[in-house]
Amino acid sequence: MTETPSTGQPPEFPRPTAGPPEPTRPAAGPPETPRPTAGPSQPTRPTAGPPEPSGRSSARPSQPSPRSSGASPAPDSQSSPGPSGRSSARPSLFTPAPGAAPVGRMLLAQTLFEIRLLLRNGEQLLLTAAIPVVLLWLLTAAPVFDTGDYERVDFLVPGILALCVMSTAFTSLAIATAYERRYGALKRLAASPLPRWTLLLAKALTVLVVEALQVVLVGGLGLALGWRPSGSPLAVIVLLVAGTLAFAGLGLLMAGTLRAEATLAAANLVYLLLLVLGGVVIPLSGFPSGVRTVLELTPTGALADGLRSVLADGAGLPWGSVAVLAVWAVAGLAAAARWFRWD
Amino acid sequence: MPPCDTRGMSTAPAVEITSLVKRYDAVTAVDGLSLRVAAGTLTAVLGPNGAGKTTTVEICEGFRRPDAGSVRVLGLDPWRDGAGLRPRVGVMLQEGAGFYPGARPVELLSHLARLHADPLDVPMLVARLGLESVARGRTPLRRLSGGERQRIAFAAALVGRPELVFLDEPTAGLDPQARRATWQLLDELRAAGVTVVLTTHLIDEAERLADQVVIIDAGRVLAEGTPQELTSGVSDDVIRFGGPPRLDVASLRAALPDGSSVKEVAPGSYEVAAVVDPRLLATLTSWCAANDILAEGLQVGHRSLEDVYLELIGAAAERTAP
Repeated sequence: MTETPSTGQPPEFPRPTAGPPEPTRPAAGPPETPRPTAGPSQPTRPTAGPPEPSGRSSARPSQPSPRSSGASPAPDSQSSPGPSGRSSARPSLFTPAPGAAPVGRMLLAQTLFEIRLLLRNGEQLLLTAAIPVVLLWLLTAAPVFDTGDYERVDFLVPGILALCVMSTAFTSLAIATAYERRYGALKRLAASPLPRWTLLLAKALTVLVVEALQVVLVGGLGLALGWRPSGSPLAVIVLLVAGTLAFAGLGLLMAGTLRAEATLAAANLVYLLLLVLGGVVIPLSGFPSGVRTVLELTPTGALADGLRSVLADGAGLPWGSVAVLAVWAVAGLAAAARWFRWD
Repeated sequence: MPPCDTRGMSTAPAVEITSLVKRYDAVTAVDGLSLRVAAGTLTAVLGPNGAGKTTTVEICEGFRRPDAGSVRVLGLDPWRDGAGLRPRVGVMLQEGAGFYPGARPVELLSHLARLHADPLDVPMLVARLGLESVARGRTPLRRLSGGERQRIAFAAALVGRPELVFLDEPTAGLDPQARRATWQLLDELRAAGVTVVLTTHLIDEAERLADQVVIIDAGRVLAEGTPQELTSGVSDDVIRFGGPPRLDVASLRAALPDGSSVKEVAPGSYEVAAVVDPRLLATLTSWCAANDILAEGLQVGHRSLEDVYLELIGAAAERTAP
């Protein structure tokens, strides 16, 4: 580190030393022998004086020299992109020009970014697209469960739609958000110009876009398999939105409080349990009445029942189901707002 | 230093921290810390692990709320005025954290660029940081090495063309070549008039880059100043040399002028603190000659920032130990 000053000195020190030490070597008496040299050194200080300041002044400023010499390669190596020199007068690539994009553009950018990442994620697609489609197709083709008074496809499509909402608004959202939190993406984004509400809105829009794709996919397949929907599309949309809010609150609560690995495991477990017990493919009427009441109060049970009463029975908006979903939504979102940790 | 004075930004400090206190339960992470960063300068916050570096920086970034004291960043309160501050400040989190695991490097940088009004051109930034090979692939960020992610995180801090950047250990875990490239960029940022605040525990990094070095420990500022101010005037000059272990340092001491001191700082490693001039060196070498000692690696020099740092941290540890 401090070699540089010493390089200036060697020419000076051999001169005075050369003489005295040689004769003293035979004497070998350690304490005495150096003394003669130490003695003369004191009187000769004045003579050593002149070089001293020069030695000093060359040594002290040489401290910053490693910095300037270290910096000097910079212009060479950057020669290609542009001669952004070290003087501030010349413009540099890094000359500050801060500012946030308009909020609408940020919202669009964030939403498209999230959608792209989601659609590229194989595991997420398995949950949100492959499993619903395969279940609908298989269970329509093969009479595995008794669907009561309903045509199999008329029973299954509403249940699978409820599964789609759960997979996107709960499982997929929870897992993705948990890993974003674990890798610091949420924290980094919190330091960007993107306002927090814009991030949440972008996530909500992402979920809605994916759900719309699911409805097209599952609905299309259902129609191809002979599904004849009835009821009001508006009631279906109300139910889907209420279900989305209910699941999203629970998913975000999980993602914001548990470790990413725990969220992954728990979200998949809940998905599996409610797939079997939430009235998705197995009618809740087959369960003992006490158990059935509990299962009807789960968000999946309420959403599947509600969708079925509209799409299969042609009933109006099922207020009971909407109320159950609303309670879940309020409780889940409030808990997430309270306990969600961003880092 | 030289840059940026020309644009008249240096009047108001970029960061001003006064008597900052932050506690986590029973632990006081920051304990009355005060610090001023002039606009357009590079400040290195140096300190051991757990000194409160990250907490201080994260308070400046608006992630944490101070328990006491005041923090002003570009004249704003980062906790209250975050919305106004965030577009102007670039942030690099510790360990290159802060990425979407499934995103590719260029995707992430382009996305962050879209959140800014007048961002850097991402391909140009990638080229400038020598990240072409990382950026070309379709590898998602979670599969990149720690060093590669670190450099992407550095790029991410710059893409919005900020006037102030906070970099939490920007070179930790980088190989020497990447570290050097980062240093060059930091020099260039400063030359462009960007205010840089970085934390590090690499002393040579602070010594080499910083206009101002702030040494902190246990949440307090132990010393601050330019590297030259910190290393000069604190003590006399030194000569270091190596030789056989357990030399008779008292005898060497007796041979030297008054006021000198000799220490065996490690077995076979000696330090002479004295007014160093050619005569002193002659005396030292003749004592060595008289004792048939070949002084190895003889160095004449002032105390390094490392000496100052270790002395300060050591003294602070001693004060708290008993």
